Amino acid sequence: MVAGAILSGGANDRLLPQGRLAGPMPWIVAIMIFLTVLACAAGIALGEGAATMRDAVANRLTVQVTQPDAERRDALTARIRTKVATMPGVTGVTVAPRDMLVRQLEPWLGADAGSTDIPIPALIDVDLSAKGVEVGAVRSAIARTVAGITRDARVEPHSSYIAPIVTLVRTIGWIAFAIVALMAVATSFVVVLASRGAHATHRGTIDVMHMLGATDGQVMRLFQRRLTRDISFGAIIGLASAIAVVVLVGRSIGLLAGDLMGSISLPWWGWVVLPLLPVLFIVVAWFASRLTLQSALSRSL
Amino acid sequence: MTAIVQFENVGLRYGFGAETLSDLSFSLEQGSFYFLTGASGAGKTSLLKLLYLAQRPSRGAIHLFGTDIVTMARTRLPGFRRRIGVVFQDFRLVPHLSTFDNVALPLRIAGVSDAQLKAPVQEMLNWVGLTDRVNALPATLSGGEQQRVAIARAVIGRPELLVADEPTGNVDMEMATRLITLFEALNKLGTTIVVATHDFNLLGKVANARMIRLDGGRLVDPTGALRYPPRGAASVEAPQW
Repeated sequence: MVAGAILSGGANDRLLPQGRLAGPMPWIVAIMIFLTVLACAAGIALGEGAATMRDAVANRLTVQVTQPDAERRDALTARIRTKVATMPGVTGVTVAPRDMLVRQLEPWLGADAGSTDIPIPALIDVDLSAKGVEVGAVRSAIARTVAGITRDARVEPHSSYIAPIVTLVRTIGWIAFAIVALMAVATSFVVVLASRGAHATHRGTIDVMHMLGATDGQVMRLFQRRLTRDISFGAIIGLASAIAVVVLVGRSIGLLAGDLMGSISLPWWGWVVLPLLPVLFIVVAWFASRLTLQSALSRSL
Repeated sequence: MTAIVQFENVGLRYGFGAETLSDLSFSLEQGSFYFLTGASGAGKTSLLKLLYLAQRPSRGAIHLFGTDIVTMARTRLPGFRRRIGVVFQDFRLVPHLSTFDNVALPLRIAGVSDAQLKAPVQEMLNWVGLTDRVNALPATLSGGEQQRVAIARAVIGRPELLVADEPTGNVDMEMATRLITLFEALNKLGTTIVVATHDFNLLGKVANARMIRLDGGRLVDPTGALRYPPRGAASVEAPQW
């Protein structure tokens, strides 16, 4: 007889009492997988969002000309525009029209926003090449050039505006991944406790099997098959529920279509990673139960 | 004759208590039939536990099937256990398995397929008179029926050594006689039988059976060659204990 085939299924499943889905184990696993998949999806989406936000602004900067005198401000703006446009790594230079700035200030300043008495700074948007150049070095060169022209202007990289948000989003993403790791550890502890409980509950049956010549491997296979089946059931329920929630939340975010929220989305590889999580949990649970049962069985003769 | 079991100065102690078995030295010959007798607490069940490898001795040497089982690695024990049939005093039937599945358990553990084990299990159930209780769970069986299931489970694998702890304690005399006849039949096929019993009526039912008597954890006859009734005696009164 092939030892590996012994007690490998069918009628031998009856050696342990039936009613596997009646216990809490599959449902505990379902809840844990549900939370884990959600946490992982959030981690991936937030990480992706942070990267998208960072990339979107990393290659842009604004030169703000703050000279209070309008004529001198216009002259400085023209000089800076001309000079910066010819610099290597610069792909575009646009002076924000004064009308547009006035319109944007009107909600705060009212109809007087267009008054020449109000020194609205001139804004020059500069687009940098994303390829073949060191963006930081180009930014520094522009800052030096502008400083050489006037002290009434300052260079503001767009990344500095959004850096705190990117850091926050990224931190939340890492917290989500930490939750995934903690869930994996918690799941293995749950499996250890379940395995110990199962061993204690079926101690009589195990003793009889041992006395009739069953090996530890045969006994373990019985328990592990049952445990894997329970965990797999819980994992499928948990994964399906979590995916449904991710899809619904993703649709809601898509409908908002804001600049910040719109960048938070699950990339294609995220959809590959999420179904792998239950598989990872099943593998972790399998090893946890095996080690626990091995330890428990080795204490008997 | 070849010794299938050999004890040399064996002692057994549970935890830090006094020795339950002391200085046991005897051998069991292959193909022989032994009754193990003694008062309650004499150590019969403990001795049987050593025989069916549920315990290791605290001291001394035990050779089973010519192999030292005291120092044997734990992983090798299952192979030896499959050569031993055991009838436990408390039956130890698996409560959620039917009569059929309980009897089939040793064969399943040995890797026999469902198709192959059906006939021998049916035959065994027929032999112990339980064909009408094939699908019954142990909880629905009477004490005597449970005992017969336990015996059927012990003998179905045609063990080389059969160890039975009070196997007729819960059955009537007619069934007890049938069971002892089954043991005798197995014995004639070469199985060494060790039956622990209080029932002196059984002792005279097996020709050539030997008696091992324990008292206070020690052998009354250290040679292990006692017969019951003693050779040459027409009859003998049951010992008083």
